Amino acid sequence: MTDQNAEIETFGALKDKEPQKEPRSQWRDVWDQFRKHKGALIGGGFLLFITLFVLIGPLVWQVDPKALDIRNKDLRPVYTLLWDSQANVLWSRPFGTDNLGRDIMATLIAGGQASLAVGWAAMILSLVIGTMVGVTAGYFKRLDGILMRITDLFLSLPILPLLLVAVTLFRQPLRATFGPEGGMFILIVGIIGITSWMPTARIVRGEILALKEREFVLAARSIGTTPFLIIRRHLLPNVISPIMVSATLGLATAIITESALSFLGVGFPSDFPTWGKLLSDAVPRMEEFPERVMLPGILISLTVLSVNYLGDGLRDALDPRIRGR
Amino acid sequence: MLTYTIRRLFLSLPTLLFISLVIFLLLQLAPGDPMAQVPLTVPPEVKERMREALGLGEPVHVQYWKWLVQFFWVEPQVIIDNWFGTSFSEGKLRVLSWQTRSPVMDIVVQRMPQTLWVVGMSYIVGILIALPIGIYSAYRQYSLFDQAGTFVSMIGFSIPPFFSGVLVIVIFSVNLGWFPSIYDTTHVVTDWASFKVQLQQMVMPVMVLALQTTAQISRFMRASMLDNLNQDYVRTARAKGLKESVVVMVHVLRNSMIPIITVIALGIPAIFGGAIITETLFKVNGIGQLLLTALFANDLPMVMTLTFIFAILIVLFNLIADVLYGVLDPRIRYD
Repeated sequence: MTDQNAEIETFGALKDKEPQKEPRSQWRDVWDQFRKHKGALIGGGFLLFITLFVLIGPLVWQVDPKALDIRNKDLRPVYTLLWDSQANVLWSRPFGTDNLGRDIMATLIAGGQASLAVGWAAMILSLVIGTMVGVTAGYFKRLDGILMRITDLFLSLPILPLLLVAVTLFRQPLRATFGPEGGMFILIVGIIGITSWMPTARIVRGEILALKEREFVLAARSIGTTPFLIIRRHLLPNVISPIMVSATLGLATAIITESALSFLGVGFPSDFPTWGKLLSDAVPRMEEFPERVMLPGILISLTVLSVNYLGDGLRDALDPRIRGR
Repeated sequence: MLTYTIRRLFLSLPTLLFISLVIFLLLQLAPGDPMAQVPLTVPPEVKERMREALGLGEPVHVQYWKWLVQFFWVEPQVIIDNWFGTSFSEGKLRVLSWQTRSPVMDIVVQRMPQTLWVVGMSYIVGILIALPIGIYSAYRQYSLFDQAGTFVSMIGFSIPPFFSGVLVIVIFSVNLGWFPSIYDTTHVVTDWASFKVQLQQMVMPVMVLALQTTAQISRFMRASMLDNLNQDYVRTARAKGLKESVVVMVHVLRNSMIPIITVIALGIPAIFGGAIITETLFKVNGIGQLLLTALFANDLPMVMTLTFIFAILIVLFNLIADVLYGVLDPRIRYD
């Protein structure tokens, strides 16, 4: 006992001079770093706002987006009063109505629900495929060659033309099975997911290749952990940060791709609004009613911009080499 | 280097074959009927004969083989015939469009110049704007210019072309009336006045496409310059007493251009894909618009050939990027 005390005394210089700080969790550090990135903070806030806008919006703004009100068609938004006092506006229709008298505010909310739902679902699908391919290729050496060749092949497919081909060709049977809206949703989400998992797979494979040579994986294997458990318990938590960063990029591209498909006229059926569809429907009369083009366009751009900034901030916050500097 | 290039060329052949098979099977699985447009008054047996005339009666593998022969064997012969006035391809069946009953490649050749003019010009303009922005942002990192550049390129990433296109049409063609909103492809440049008209109608589509190119390449250029600016050789160059302009514009720039050139090469096929939207928006009758109309008309040979041309472009420019990287960077040797 006394021996041990003497030994501790020798290392007195190593003792902490001040009281210990409270232990900090990793996610606390991440949040502190994330908070420093103003753009990411604003972007995240805006994404939250737009999500709430489309989710809670219908409860607050209880106008049916499909209800026709032909007497009050082609109303301008109320803000046109600022420069044109003769404008045809109605205060109960703050963003005006379209050529069939449908309330633009309500269609924007409904369109946002569709666009964001497609974006999230396609992003999650492509993340799941990408992570599975990446982890399998990185962990099982035998499958690495073939899986990476397949990834290369997918990367050399012309994506936009193929998307167009697939959507136009498979529209009818899926509509017949799942209904016009459900079928289109499954088709678009599936196709965007299948054609956008490759970057995630490459990043995850690279990380897994480096991680699996580390000692903690060796230790896990030496006590007889099965490969599946090693992947789930030890590897996946360590690749969560690159996955999250590519998730934000995936969300942005999925929203843009869905809007582009709607814009080219191969998206959802005509009475089902999405932001891209609202924009493309408004293009023929954009000279008289520019707001019908601008509002959905601005919503798409702002959402994508905020997601991109969020991804930028997440990349900095989740990288331990940058964090704390 | 030459052996590497040749090996890669041979390796890209199976890739291309596989891609063509994927596209072909995708089109085969499709339920669309090319006879859907034929009037209902045409009797079924006549319809059946029309179907056979299109080559639809054959089994799938025969159809695929015929397409391969037509695309890889007959079409090159047509090109040789055109160049040297020979007659190798006489009497041989070419890939025919179901819409017009004329060879697909002839239509593609007609449409190509419009696409190349608009797309190629926008890519060059985009690069010319992006490079100075990238260089200056890196040289003055975190300055006001750099922050503004970051913000503008974020916007360039985020605004999809179908919105930025509509936006410039509303502003410059509807409100200000400076530029026409429709690209007139029949316009012929003969003198100064008509050249001005051509320039005016090209400004908007080129700017819309160039915005995206600029956003991407200026970011890459900035990152690449930043990597090089802190290297030891830069300090050595400054210590030798070289002028700052020589250090940055000769020593650093030349080394930073190596990855940028490959990025530029890799971006070319993507620009062709993105041009589909811009071409639709400005009514340019290039190959993107050709693909869209062919799709809506169920013109499978045309869709197949065009998609495959896009795939060839991607594989080719991937190869070019890899080879260029090896040529430009002496540290990389493919042996």
